[in-house]
Amino acid sequence: MNASLRLRAGLVSIVLLAAFLGIWHLATRSTGTVATMSPEYAKLMGLTATQDKSAMPGPLDVGAKLWEHLRRPFYDNGPNDKGLGIQLGYSIARVGTGYFLAVLVAIPLGFLIGMSPLLSKALDPFIQVLKPISPLAWMPLALYTIKDSSISAIFVIFICSIWPMLLNTVFGVASVRKEWINVARTLEVGTFRRAFTVILPAAAPTILTGMRISIGIAWLVIVAAEMLVGGTGIGYFVWNEWNNLSITNVIIAILLIGVVGMLLDQILARFTRMVTFPE
Amino acid sequence: MTGKFISIEGIAKRYPGAGGSTTAVFENLWLSMARGEFCCVIGHSGCGKTTVLNILAGLDAPSEGAVIVDGQAISGTSLDRAVIFQSHALLPWRTVLGNVGYAVSSKWRSWDRAKVRAHAQTFIDLVGLTGSEHKRPSELSGGMKQRVGIARALSITPKMMLMDEPFSALDALTRGTLQDEVRRICLETGQTAFMITHDVDEAIYLADKIFLMTNGPGAVLAEVVENPLPRDRGRTDLHRHPLYYALRNHIIDFLVTRSKSFTAEKPDHDPRNVPVVHIGKPGLTIASGSDEQRQTWIPGTSPGLTA
Ligand SMILES: Nc1ncnc2c1ncn2[C@@H]1O[C@H](COP(=O)(O)OP(=O)(O)O)[C@@H](O)[C@H]1O
Ligand SMILES: [Mg+2]
Repeated sequence: MNASLRLRAGLVSIVLLAAFLGIWHLATRSTGTVATMSPEYAKLMGLTATQDKSAMPGPLDVGAKLWEHLRRPFYDNGPNDKGLGIQLGYSIARVGTGYFLAVLVAIPLGFLIGMSPLLSKALDPFIQVLKPISPLAWMPLALYTIKDSSISAIFVIFICSIWPMLLNTVFGVASVRKEWINVARTLEVGTFRRAFTVILPAAAPTILTGMRISIGIAWLVIVAAEMLVGGTGIGYFVWNEWNNLSITNVIIAILLIGVVGMLLDQILARFTRMVTFPE
Repeated sequence: MTGKFISIEGIAKRYPGAGGSTTAVFENLWLSMARGEFCCVIGHSGCGKTTVLNILAGLDAPSEGAVIVDGQAISGTSLDRAVIFQSHALLPWRTVLGNVGYAVSSKWRSWDRAKVRAHAQTFIDLVGLTGSEHKRPSELSGGMKQRVGIARALSITPKMMLMDEPFSALDALTRGTLQDEVRRICLETGQTAFMITHDVDEAIYLADKIFLMTNGPGAVLAEVVENPLPRDRGRTDLHRHPLYYALRNHIIDFLVTRSKSFTAEKPDHDPRNVPVVHIGKPGLTIASGSDEQRQTWIPGTSPGLTA
């Protein structure tokens, strides 16, 4: 029953993909009609003008180019021509560093705030103001103070991934069931042991959910941040290829951004499943 | 069975009410229990039973007054007083063995893993859960979960057990078996037990003394009813005992009518000397609350049990 549902869903997915690729192909193919124009102009404009070829690449162009990229993901021909693997690597490293630093700050801090009603109330106004700030708004300030574009990008990732983790940790810790806390209290379990044996496991699913939201946001933000700071990374690649008017490469980059984002999300989803307990 | 093992001395619990006033759940409540005694509290919802139990457990502090256990005023929770929660309160990410073991390792910090395990296993066996050690709470039925709760409470070999309506969420059949188990274990180990219940028959079966509380706010402990049934009573033939109906009617009567009107009818009620009711004794009911005058049950002298 379940297997057959999955099979049918898979089939529908494939049909939808095929339909999408088909329409894409039809919409972008060259019709072969030759417009009357001066030969110089025709030469300048290439197939777009002469055979009414759409400026938009078709799925076959993208596929061929993608294959080319996948065969040589790590080549490095100087600052403006690096393999996609290298560019993605830079982005993932920045996201990883900023995110990891955010985890180190958000989870202990969230624990403190969640366990202390005083801190919770005292810090609430700051969090409320800081949380809605677009992470990119920090960029000029970061560039001015840090004076290093790559570290500034990491800082922006740090700032954008800290809030969901912090708020979820606070919420998870503060809403641990009273009866579980009471169990620990009647067993005279000390604060420290209580934090690790009761509060952490009880809040873990909520914390991990926050971490999952954060990694998603971090991956969204890194593309924009790298477009701003330039140099390396998949965001810079997209911007650079747009300046080169290579729509094919832009499409490939979009596709890869999606795939990497999905993988990051799946990793966190797996961790979340590991700490989730049935009640 | 004499002396005051637990003594609640003039406790009050007040909460801030609407508009700056305070409402007292109860004021000046006195209550005592002897070592090895099984006491049940009966009263309507909201009269403050859970509050009393939480204060006894040390989970909650009284606004006034003190609780003396074994000659010492309590402050906070203690491993000497185990609580069996109404909602079992098992840690869902731990197995049965993990839950009981958590309590064991909390009491004996220096024990190694094998020793904790062996000790926990003893109590899992005691409540009849052998074979389910590695199941998680979500894989257990309501009755089994409550058994784990009982095993966890017993595993720390407490001086007393506090139970807040431990069986109220269970079906009648499971409740019956668990009542049998709890009674057996408490008799075997000489536990002092304090149990809140809504079930009059449960109180009659389990308790040596039944505390009747009036309705809140401003609830008072109205009477202490001595259970006249023999110690070796069985759950299924309770109702054959000649004093059973008198006892049951007395409690039901209290719950239905007197719990509301008690405070108005007895303005001279002395909370320090709560009347002790002896059902079926000629001259009946009221004696003073002191220990010397309490009639203890002597096996074999029960009128009419042989019928
Ligand atoms: N935190 C609280 N704030 C205000 N009132 C409370 C609080 N906790 C309990 N109460 C009141 O105390 C009374 C007694 O509650 P409880 O001990 O739970 O009653 P019972 O267990 O007998 O049903 C109730 O009327 C309840 O409204
Ligand atoms: Mg209650």
